[in-house]
Amino acid sequence: MSVKHLVQMKKISKGFPGVQALDQVDFDLEPGQVHGLVGENGAGKSTLIKILMGAYKADAGQILLDGEEVEIRNPIEAKRLKLGAVYQDITLAPELSVGENFFLGKLPRSLTGLVKWAKVHGETQTFLDELGIQVSSRSPVRRLSPAQQEMVTIAKIVYEGSRVVVFDEPTALLANEETEQLFDIIRRLRDAGTGIIYISHRLEEIFEICDTVTVLKDGRRVVTCPVEEIDSDTLVNRMVGRNLEDMFVRQTYQSAEDEVLLEVSALTRQPVFEDISFRVHRGEVFGLFGLVGSGRTEIVRSLFGAEKPDSGSVSVEGAAVHITTPAAGIRHGIGLVPENRKEAGLATGLAVDFNINLASYDNISRLGFIDGLAERRRADKYVKDLRIKTPTVRQAVKKLSGGNQQKVVISKWLCRQSKVFIFDEPTTGVDVGAKVEIYRLLDELLQRGAAIVFISSYLPEIMGIADRILVIREGRSMGLVERAQFSEERLLRLASGLEAEARTANSTA
Amino acid sequence: MVEKTKSESKPGSAGLGRRVIAALPKEATLILIFVVFCIVLSILTPRFFTVQNLRNLVRQTATIGVVSLGMTYVIISGGIDLSVGSVLAFAGISGALLMVGGTPIVLAVIVALALGALLGLVNGIAIHEGRVPPFVATLGMMTAARGLTMLVSGARMVTGLPRPFVQFAQITIVGLPALFFVWLLLIIASIMVTQFSRFGRNVFAIGSNREAARLSGINIRLNTYGVYMVSGFMAAVGGLMMTSRLANGVPTAGQMYELDAIAAAVVGGASLMGGEGTIIGTVVGAMIIATIRNGGNLLGVNPFVLQVLIGVLVVVAVMIDQMNKGRSE
Ligand SMILES: Nc1ncnc2c1ncn2[C@@H]1O[C@H](COP(=O)(O)OP(=O)(O)OP(=O)(O)O)[C@@H](O)[C@H]1O
Ligand SMILES: [Mg+2]
Repeated sequence: MSVKHLVQMKKISKGFPGVQALDQVDFDLEPGQVHGLVGENGAGKSTLIKILMGAYKADAGQILLDGEEVEIRNPIEAKRLKLGAVYQDITLAPELSVGENFFLGKLPRSLTGLVKWAKVHGETQTFLDELGIQVSSRSPVRRLSPAQQEMVTIAKIVYEGSRVVVFDEPTALLANEETEQLFDIIRRLRDAGTGIIYISHRLEEIFEICDTVTVLKDGRRVVTCPVEEIDSDTLVNRMVGRNLEDMFVRQTYQSAEDEVLLEVSALTRQPVFEDISFRVHRGEVFGLFGLVGSGRTEIVRSLFGAEKPDSGSVSVEGAAVHITTPAAGIRHGIGLVPENRKEAGLATGLAVDFNINLASYDNISRLGFIDGLAERRRADKYVKDLRIKTPTVRQAVKKLSGGNQQKVVISKWLCRQSKVFIFDEPTTGVDVGAKVEIYRLLDELLQRGAAIVFISSYLPEIMGIADRILVIREGRSMGLVERAQFSEERLLRLASGLEAEARTANSTA
Repeated sequence: MVEKTKSESKPGSAGLGRRVIAALPKEATLILIFVVFCIVLSILTPRFFTVQNLRNLVRQTATIGVVSLGMTYVIISGGIDLSVGSVLAFAGISGALLMVGGTPIVLAVIVALALGALLGLVNGIAIHEGRVPPFVATLGMMTAARGLTMLVSGARMVTGLPRPFVQFAQITIVGLPALFFVWLLLIIASIMVTQFSRFGRNVFAIGSNREAARLSGINIRLNTYGVYMVSGFMAAVGGLMMTSRLANGVPTAGQMYELDAIAAAVVGGASLMGGEGTIIGTVVGAMIIATIRNGGNLLGVNPFVLQVLIGVLVVVAVMIDQMNKGRSE
């Protein structure tokens, strides 16, 4: 059976100082195929893609397009060959409008040299509408939510008419609805004969959208097969090299009668959110659910002190936190794992050990000087506990894979021994094995008497991990749901405003 | 008490070894370049490798060397300080005026240093509270401090300094100028602070990612003040060293020093984007630049040509650094 290959990558190898990111990897893509690429954090998925896109140069190996060998020296060449990618990080110009981003570098001009803005925005808008993306072509990109930016990036790639489109963890920032929208777009592309490479840590997505799947482990290809021939457990086993038990490890769920650790009352910051109150008990995971852009992130940022609220109060173990700066929240034992780790969670140019200790240097210093051994010991401990994949603790964080970077942020607060942990989408871009480790860590934190506020747009996750869930819509509480009443439908109805159970929640929380 | 010192000294030494090794490649190349440079100069001119010339070279380099140390803190924090040359002059003149007016030397020195730190604090306040970009805030201070210097001195040299103060620059200890030891002391202190202190960690964190640093509980305000105060303080030390060396308070002293200090740090591997840089790198950077000047003078190279060369050196140093980074990424 001879299939016409769109892309063939043969025996691709790539080493970085200290790691062999890819070791003789073969990868094929056919027209109209949706090819899933899975593997643990640091397995080499992004590296393989970046080589195809000309962002990295392979040490060895060949790339064939339509059976002909090509050399893709830089991203511009990849673009010329009609290869497009949506990366893990957003790559739009934030100051420009959506339309300008669409036409970046090729704005249509009239004979007088003026930009034809009507054409730019007209075409962009038509295209966005056609894909069902509710964004105005004229709004500047920085005003859009991360999810909207992601959708715009996807639309732009589709607009450019690429023959191969790569999605590197596209759903990390998306809510259910948008994920569905994305899948529609992918199916459309597939039916038009485009080859699609789809990277994700959410395996059920692989089964839903892909027809073929390739597993990478430690830079080698483990298996390539049609998705019908493999089940979820086998896939995980192939990725991680062992079987994983239950995903959501919780020893016990809370009955919410214990001591209150965190109390938030009537927290308000106009116009983002209003009158938010809740209590989190020792040993409890308190979920905050809402559609992307509902104000969850802003609420936790304010209670942590990253942003000053207009009014309302926060207390930890009964002691009022004077919310002015993050330092105040941290002193009271609050730790925030932010959703945008590169901008807010990490000093990416600095080493792993530095970042792990970043919030705790006051604990390991005397007379202003650091205890270097303690610093090293703590870093080693968390690198080991969370299985952070790095050649040494002195490696700069920016050289780690996405999931490993996230583990470094979590380590920072573990290291600080916070009592109240706020996790804002903590498993974004984290592989299955590490996810289970993170859930297990949450459980361990709870056993040690911590309280956890957990934000996730991913329903199975938040339903699996939380004791109670407060649903937020447009900055207001829509209702507090107890574990016994959890159901996807209920939560989604509340989050989208179809069911109004509001107000009463505040008094009972 | 005994136990405390024990456990404190251990981590320091272990950490030092580790960090020195980790930092080796880049600094080692720089030192190598410097050594090659000295050898070439010794071959080209017999007058380079003489005790007299080296002593002179070290004495001259010490001043700009100290100023560059302060600049390194600022650059690592992601800022820039264009006011160091003027602060140097202001502190030097103030110290000189006080001494001539009869203030005890020690007191005059302390006041001059405090004034330097104070001007640094003003920079820090303008930058943090006023949200003025460091480039602009310190540019303003550069002009203002120079103006102040001219005002207090009437734009004239301050003469008649007390003997012991003037002699300090002439003293040698084990054959090396006392000024060199001032520099050395501050080098050691700065290595300790940048590598092993909390303040040092904070400066790196802020330079690398301000928002992440803030969300990790680092006090941006105090550390910003701290960085510019250190820079002002170092400039003031430089001002006193220069006043002692020139035996007079000179109101025009230190012009263009900000550029030499930035050049030293950048040649030494500091990144103007922040979060990157080492004291040792800056020290070697300062020595390389000073040696080019000195060797050029000895060889009778046109000083303007030298200026061109140094300009090229700065750009090439950054280019090589960028290329190295590009390869590993
Ligand atoms: N620029 C770089 N410099 C040094 N090492 C790198 C660099 N980029 C990637 N690596 C290393 O190469 C390996 C593969 O990384 P890659 O980003 O391809 O992983 P990934 O499979 O995409 O992981 P994730 O699921 O976490 O995104 C990792 O060990 C990573 O640390
Ligand atoms: Mg990746």
